[in-house]
Amino acid sequence: MAKPTAAVFSFTGCEGCSLAILECEKELLDVVKLVDFVEWREAMSERTEAMIDLGFIDGAISTHHDEKKIRQVRERVRMLISIGACATNAGVNALKHRYGLREVKEIVYGEAGAEFDTISARPVHAVVPVEFEIPGCPIQGEEFLRIVLDIVQGKQPRLPNYPVCVECKRKENVCVFEKGMICMGPVARAGCGADCPSYGAWCEACRGFVDNPNDEAHEEVLTKYGVTSEELLQRYDIFCAYELEERKSRQQGQR
Amino acid sequence: MADRKLSIFVEEICRVEGHGNIVLNASNGKIEELWLEITESPRFFEAMMLGRRWDEATHISCRICGICSIAHTTTSVRAIEDAFGIEPSEQTLALRKIAYYGEMIQSHVLHFYYLAAPDFLGVPSVFPLVQSHPEEVKRALRLKRLGNDLCKAIVGRHIHPCAYLPKCMPKLPDPKALEDMHRRCVAAREDLAAAVDLFATVKLPDFQREGEALASWHPDEYGMYECQAIKSTQGDLTERRDYRQKIHEYVVPHSHAKHAETEQGAYMVGALARYRCNKEQLHPAALAVADRLQLDSYLFNPYAITLAQVVETVHSVEEAIRYLEWTLGRELEWEDWGVKPRAGRGVGVDEAPRGLLIHDYTFDDDGKLTAVNCIIPTNQNLNNIERDFHALVPQIIDRPDAEIQLLLEMLVRAYDPCISCATHLLRVEIKR
Repeated sequence: MAKPTAAVFSFTGCEGCSLAILECEKELLDVVKLVDFVEWREAMSERTEAMIDLGFIDGAISTHHDEKKIRQVRERVRMLISIGACATNAGVNALKHRYGLREVKEIVYGEAGAEFDTISARPVHAVVPVEFEIPGCPIQGEEFLRIVLDIVQGKQPRLPNYPVCVECKRKENVCVFEKGMICMGPVARAGCGADCPSYGAWCEACRGFVDNPNDEAHEEVLTKYGVTSEELLQRYDIFCAYELEERKSRQQGQR
Repeated sequence: MADRKLSIFVEEICRVEGHGNIVLNASNGKIEELWLEITESPRFFEAMMLGRRWDEATHISCRICGICSIAHTTTSVRAIEDAFGIEPSEQTLALRKIAYYGEMIQSHVLHFYYLAAPDFLGVPSVFPLVQSHPEEVKRALRLKRLGNDLCKAIVGRHIHPCAYLPKCMPKLPDPKALEDMHRRCVAAREDLAAAVDLFATVKLPDFQREGEALASWHPDEYGMYECQAIKSTQGDLTERRDYRQKIHEYVVPHSHAKHAETEQGAYMVGALARYRCNKEQLHPAALAVADRLQLDSYLFNPYAITLAQVVETVHSVEEAIRYLEWTLGRELEWEDWGVKPRAGRGVGVDEAPRGLLIHDYTFDDDGKLTAVNCIIPTNQNLNNIERDFHALVPQIIDRPDAEIQLLLEMLVRAYDPCISCATHLLRVEIKR
């Protein structure tokens, strides 16, 4: 099989996840062995007219322009892979929904903001079909490489569906709750190696939640410190505001 | 050249962070339209942060930018400390500075090697260099990794640091990791010397425009971290909390990023601005490099920002070595966290790699944000870039379109804009 071509397209976000690909310094040379980058505005001038095998998307869809552009990109790539919290669940961008869109424009830009193009922030999968999602704010370089390798070899990549607590315990960290702080570890999706608790902070669920937080949460920690998974879900919405909106509308739909 | 219509539109200028266009329309040598259009989606951070708890403020605001998230974190934390009356210990400041200089190194190396060097080497991106200049690429990767690993050793990672909190470090670093970083910083001097050799051969486009420059000022060191006042090349110093007396932000129709001016009009921030304001406080090794690159003869040439970044990278490695040695020379002490919020205003000012960065927060009694203002380096430079455009284009208007376009793109890239930060792109239409 010929070496697959790859491109990176950025939408509403900080471009930290595209940078995280460039950050795989030691391995960047390995990535270049796996795929040929043919288009990547942040890193290169080249652009292509040909069909692209792998299209990596960072950023959320938060303007009419984004919406139009992601539909065009979808036509140009065989496999669309969302990378990072913004692309996979709208990330911090959805925090603006707590205010009206008119209000946020006025808060930041004053009267001049009225004409600015902004719509509710959505993940890529809410607008076009997506083949795979790599979560995190930012993505983990090693996980990215593993998933790209799987895809190139024709395997179905997988994400962990267990909570961050599992990885944190494995590292023998003192439990964050023990230090009197609140931590999303019991309900957050693992795969980061519990980096934040390992460096003395707490988990904010930047990789989103496990598939079914009610069943798959780390019960032992929840019981010991007397918190419920539902309470935790509400605690830090920095990265999960959109996911919570979706859960809420699903629950209302079930009633 | 009668009746030449020049119309250049560079859509989504490449090798910059974020989305911007250059628009240039000229007819018979007369400029009709010329600007830098910022099309990055507006993100409304200042609104998203309202009502949030103090312990969330930094973790939201650092997401403004993936390249300079440590700078945003640093400035955000300093705004919180200023508001709550917290004075971090000498040890905490030393550890933070190691991470801070780490980010300065990685960001500058990213720009001068990955994003700007392809222009000077006549290739469209860093990828062809993997084949043609393998040693340069490996050197760039090593230097960039050094910057990242300095951040990693102290705060967990460089993009959106895990553990950079107000008051003190939530975990003390592993002394072995610090020793290893010290060894690698010392070894990096050799890689940097080779980088300097490469950039000493670069011929900059011939262009000059005099104007004001602003940078952080500190009495005892080259103004980067812990800004005491904002210094202008006009000679004035402005107190941190009074930045609004010096800097005025406003909205322009073609840009999702605010512009900024002083009483003098457009001004520059970033590596060259810092050099112009504070060069005598640079480390002697960095000053020697500035001499070698003849930076003093390019003080008003924005294309030389890239050279100033090379100089500052040398300075940053030397500073990282200094703070690593300070840290390794003592037993690190555990400090209790325990931050007590209180109502009030706090202002953090520091230098991000791209220039002066300000976070201004007001909290209520519960430590929730009631007002937020962030002034970002790229916003401040946008106005200056457009003034440069207007000075440059009449000098080059008789050249071929492709050359005009490249010179304009290189000019934008020289400022190393971080458009996600500023929330903007480049479109050039030239009608002559």
